[in-house]
Amino acid sequence: MSGAAAAQRESGEFGRFAARFMEDRVALIGLAMLVVIVLAALLAPWIAPQNPYDLARVDIMDSRQPPGAKAGEGFVMWLGSDGVGRDLWSGILYGLRISLAVGVLSGVLAATIGMALGLLAAYAGGRTETLIMRVVDLQLSMPSVLLALILVALLGKGVDKIIVALVAVQWAYYARTVRGSALVERRKEYVEAALSLGLSHARTVFRHILPNCLAPVIVIATVQTAHAISLEATLSFLGVGLPQTEPSLGVLISNGFQYMLSGKYWISFFPGVALLLTIVAINLVGDRLRDVLNPRLER
Amino acid sequence: MTHAIIRSLKSAAAAMVLAGAICGAPALAQDLKIAMSAEPSSVDPHYHNLTPNNQLAKHVFESLTEHDELQRIKPALAESWKVIDDLTWEFKLRANVRFHDGSPFTADDVIFSFNRVPNVPKSPAPKTSYTRGKTIEKIDDLTIRIRTPAPEALMLKHLAQIDIMSAKAAASVTTEDINAGKGAVGTGPYKFVEFVPGDRYVVARNDAYWGEKEPWAKVSYRFIKSDPTRVAAVLAGDVDVIETVPTADAQRLAKEPKLALASALSNRVIYLHLDRLRAESPFIKGKDGATIKNPLNDLKVRQALSKAINRPAIVDRIMEGEAVPASQLVPDSYAGTSKNLKPVAYDVDGAKRLLAEAGLPNGFQLTIHGPNGRYTNDTKLIEAVAQMFTRIGVDTKVETLPPSVFFSRASSGGPDKTPEFSMILAGWSAGTGEPGDSLKALLGSFDPKAGSGSANRGRYSNAEVDKLLAQGLSTVDDDKRADLLARATEIAINDVGIIPIHYQKNTWAAKKGLKVIPRTDEYTFAMSVRTQ
Amino acid sequence: MLAFIIRRLAQAVVVVLAMVSIVFFGAYVVGDPVWMMAPGDATQEQIEEIRRTFGFDQPAHVQFLRFLADIARGEFGRSYVHGSSAIGLILERMPATLELAFAALVFAILFGIPLGLYAGLKPDHWFSRAVMAGSILGFSLPTFWVGLMLIMLFSVMLGWLPATGRGPTVNVLGVETSLLSLEGWRHLMLPAINLGLLKLSLVIRLTRSGAREASLQDYVKFARAKGLSQGRIIGVHILKNILIPIVTVLGLEFGSLVAFSVVTETIFAWPGMGKLLLESIQRLDRPLIVAYVMVVVLLFVTINLIVDILYSALDPRVRITGAES
Repeated sequence: MSGAAAAQRESGEFGRFAARFMEDRVALIGLAMLVVIVLAALLAPWIAPQNPYDLARVDIMDSRQPPGAKAGEGFVMWLGSDGVGRDLWSGILYGLRISLAVGVLSGVLAATIGMALGLLAAYAGGRTETLIMRVVDLQLSMPSVLLALILVALLGKGVDKIIVALVAVQWAYYARTVRGSALVERRKEYVEAALSLGLSHARTVFRHILPNCLAPVIVIATVQTAHAISLEATLSFLGVGLPQTEPSLGVLISNGFQYMLSGKYWISFFPGVALLLTIVAINLVGDRLRDVLNPRLER
Repeated sequence: MTHAIIRSLKSAAAAMVLAGAICGAPALAQDLKIAMSAEPSSVDPHYHNLTPNNQLAKHVFESLTEHDELQRIKPALAESWKVIDDLTWEFKLRANVRFHDGSPFTADDVIFSFNRVPNVPKSPAPKTSYTRGKTIEKIDDLTIRIRTPAPEALMLKHLAQIDIMSAKAAASVTTEDINAGKGAVGTGPYKFVEFVPGDRYVVARNDAYWGEKEPWAKVSYRFIKSDPTRVAAVLAGDVDVIETVPTADAQRLAKEPKLALASALSNRVIYLHLDRLRAESPFIKGKDGATIKNPLNDLKVRQALSKAINRPAIVDRIMEGEAVPASQLVPDSYAGTSKNLKPVAYDVDGAKRLLAEAGLPNGFQLTIHGPNGRYTNDTKLIEAVAQMFTRIGVDTKVETLPPSVFFSRASSGGPDKTPEFSMILAGWSAGTGEPGDSLKALLGSFDPKAGSGSANRGRYSNAEVDKLLAQGLSTVDDDKRADLLARATEIAINDVGIIPIHYQKNTWAAKKGLKVIPRTDEYTFAMSVRTQ
Repeated sequence: MLAFIIRRLAQAVVVVLAMVSIVFFGAYVVGDPVWMMAPGDATQEQIEEIRRTFGFDQPAHVQFLRFLADIARGEFGRSYVHGSSAIGLILERMPATLELAFAALVFAILFGIPLGLYAGLKPDHWFSRAVMAGSILGFSLPTFWVGLMLIMLFSVMLGWLPATGRGPTVNVLGVETSLLSLEGWRHLMLPAINLGLLKLSLVIRLTRSGAREASLQDYVKFARAKGLSQGRIIGVHILKNILIPIVTVLGLEFGSLVAFSVVTETIFAWPGMGKLLLESIQRLDRPLIVAYVMVVVLLFVTINLIVDILYSALDPRVRITGAES
């Protein structure tokens, strides 16, 4: 997706960008990990030995089995099973789908809303700008975990609700960044030129200002997606996030919490490792993107 | 405030050596530290009818009668009683009992306490149901009479719920005063020392206690809600006793040489309630998704669902042995239960046959609702039941909700304040140790005016059960009452008005050398902890 | 300056009002607190009685107006569950939370600055690379999972540190603190590390980039040329110059530590206000949730204000005006 954005204007730019990205070995490893994780999540129905949401397949007689045990249906549960007999490997694959979907969806929505408001602020100026930026400031002065916690607690459990909460805590970052870049772009000559040539305002914004704001947005997006995934897991762990019946990684970890001391470490350990790898992979890619795109960013 | 901490941090270095020596010293052998799994909301014994509150109050306060560890009634501040007629009881109060402030205990304190119960401001859950309708009359300083408008079979049980406060010390104190220690004056075996909400509750031995003196000079309760952390606390020796050993850890802790476990069958039953109110139930559909008439109104379907549940497997795999398959509302060791009822046996083929006989050979679609985090392993239980239903062709979905949302919707979330769901999983604890209350609340016809069916979220209604129940609850004679209640239970259970799943066990873990006398009412008392 | 402070306070009032309204109506919609308060065997009649006692039988807007009227009179509501002043309950728990957040911050600084300095001054050393890779891991780690792993490792497997709760507290000048005893520190250790890891990576990265920038500055080159010892250069010239931004950022991050302590307190049963918030959310104890939000927002505003003022005092180039930054 990052390529498409950059390549829109100059095809050679993407090549240079990709080459610079590849220079860093650690980032490459991160990218490879991310690709594997996303593929695993997408292909879960085909590679998981069990559909962990299909109650006809899950059997409580298989519950709490250690890694390597055989399930009643005959397949081997390489990572063991959880408290209701779900194969953990299958649970993690399906959980990844939910965690990634929540992270990406909320990111896309937040980016759209944030960018729209940021552009509006930069372009309209005056009272509109003051109002939008005041709300952004207020929003950013509240720590995201707290805001999300209270929102989800009020909205109730569910994928849709947690996405709403995650969008609510993320959009302001995009708005602030986009406004900053857009203000810089707006003052540039080509915008003046475009406007004086009689191009419509919408066209100016979308064809000229927006593409130039994308680099910082891409960096923010990676950081924020990792953040959103982690936040969802945290909220689910606290018992206010996703319902337990269709577990995300956070719910799986949370379910395993009660077995920690009885030596059944695998129930929360493996989903935790999966979560960690996912976030690390995204952050490694994001870190490199930041270096390559090199916008002046505050974190 | 940050500043104060910085300051204290500076002095910390200097104080470390000294303070470490003091605080690091092992606790005196006479001290007892107990970790509770729930947190009390107040020290005021009349403020909030909540298990942790009642449990802690019993250290400081006593009532006329008390429950022993098997929830049988024993005399406490009342030495003896007699039934004068069906509507009048007379109680002889114990002589030479003194409150912690030294003042003597008399009939005036009893009357004061009975009057205080309905008048505690902003009580979130008053104990008025135990005092309502009872008029008290003082005969002399140590004799009272209690009159009721109708025969009250559960008189002694209700009296055990009313803690007696000192008329003198508690005359004009508020709940907040009591939390701060003012007026927290009772006759109990321990004196109140301090309550830090969210952290601890401390009592000290009452050396002037009228009964047997306690072995513990000081008892501190800590509140640790999180299961693993509570277990870790007793393993690390931070506390001496923990209550509610999590099912996940019971088997392992039993093997732990440092610890001794004690458990008792509790009076809490976990059950399914089925929608009997509607001709078409909102969360039941045909296999093709079409609306069908409510199959739960067919006895055969209800029996099939009960047979589909593998209770021993649930007890073994989900509860890890910390439960017993249930046959009715209260374990049959209690009076008033039926000895003829046995847990329904697991029988998939029989269940399928019954479904076919009911005209539903392919089953139907169902959603079970339940609370998340209210009962031990509740979500997992519902998932297990759903697995089992799915295996007989009833495709079952699970939806769990936070308890505050669940109970509100399960009780009155539907049209016209009717219960919203088709099938729910819930639990019920017979607080009085009597099946009468449980029957009335869970299976009595819904009638708010008569106080019947208050938790009947399936709206089961059976005239015969109602009749036997009404007779039983106004029969003061224990044996006759037990017989009537047992018969009512048999009818309702054989009619599958409710599907009982299991009774929970309560387990305590204590440091080696300590012994916990397990109680059926889920209370953890310092009075139940002894050295071996 | 005064205009600036007033403007900030006015902002705070707006945030508080907005948050409080959201929380109030949200909590109204989400469920019925009666079911969390009433005993399991309550009759319909008792439930109605409780509803009347607390005014739950009134429509939402009536309840809200009453609530605002109470606030106007200085009455911030009583916890439904505890019966005592909600603000009082929060303030009672605040020292524990601040103690934890403070210890976490100290942990992050104590380890973060040396590691960051090293990574900044010797960017090509393998250890520096390891530190930087580790810092990515650091802010990727989900706090709650690390907490679980810490308990498993240090309490369950090794048995070195207690897994739960706060040590004995001593009242110092009206503030309960557990920092004065060995037991207190033993209890504080794991939660503080758990919470501090969040900011450790941040400190490392800030210090590193600061040190890298500073070491290229003329005054450092000049100091080197003058033959000053490496220790003195780092200690006096570099550290002094990078400390201002670090202090500023960390001041602001203190707020997020307080917020994240919700997670840490829940795992380690640390009796702070975060744990109280979570319990109140579960019990729908609306006044307590509202009070928490009010207290925390005010805390954040105060912290931001102090940081801004300090910053302008430390760095004469920054001048506070009433204008937007």
